[in-house]
Amino acid sequence: MTVPPPPTEPDAPVRDPGAQPERTRLAWRRTTLSFAIVAVLAVRLALHQEGSAAAAVGAALGLLALVAFLAVAQRRIRAVDRPAPEVQDVRVAVGAAACVAALALFGAVMVL
Amino acid sequence: MADQQRPSTFRLWFAPERLRSEGSTPDYRFSLANERTFLAWIRTALALVAGGLAADQFLTDLDRPIRTAIAVLLLAGGALCAVRAVNHWIRCERAMRRGEDLPPSRFPATLAVATVVAAVLILGAVVLGGAGR
Repeated sequence: MTVPPPPTEPDAPVRDPGAQPERTRLAWRRTTLSFAIVAVLAVRLALHQEGSAAAAVGAALGLLALVAFLAVAQRRIRAVDRPAPEVQDVRVAVGAAACVAALALFGAVMVL
Repeated sequence: MADQQRPSTFRLWFAPERLRSEGSTPDYRFSLANERTFLAWIRTALALVAGGLAADQFLTDLDRPIRTAIAVLLLAGGALCAVRAVNHWIRCERAMRRGEDLPPSRFPATLAVATVVAAVLILGAVVLGGAGR
């Protein structure tokens, strides 16, 4: 699905090979944790509206958004697990933002 | 803002090769820093979504329409933050590739003001909602 990025040579010598990639990996992990917490909040909201088909669908789609986000995040985390990783593909950013927007949308469906 | 002379950032959302074809690849550490900033904005968006969900669950003393309006506003704010996170990431990455200054942004200040306004409104609604009974 994705085209392998062209090989690049960073101009600067690779100093601190472990720090920045590791910080970026941890940032992704923090974000997946935040996403999971919000998804649980959405499911809790749906459970309070027992008997509502819209709430059940909203919760299911919210969990789907969580799974999608975890997939995007895990892929990028593994890609960053290198001394001088490639820059993030813009579609990774779009995918992550789309999952968040989807969660907001499903929340709105359950709230209305 | 300076972007008005440039092609819309949205066109680069699904054209990674167009972004990569501009300028030269920056030091990977700057790109990673940009990525972490993007993730910080994503977490901000998630916090707004959580706020919207919580408003619906916990502001039960308010009239249903007001509570729903507050929840929807916060949820919309979350989605907006997520969209803006992508655009800002693209603009910064492009600026770094071109060797330009990073683009200035009004969004953090706008978000801060919106948060204060929302907090005041919710406070007012809670106080007045209670007084109205």
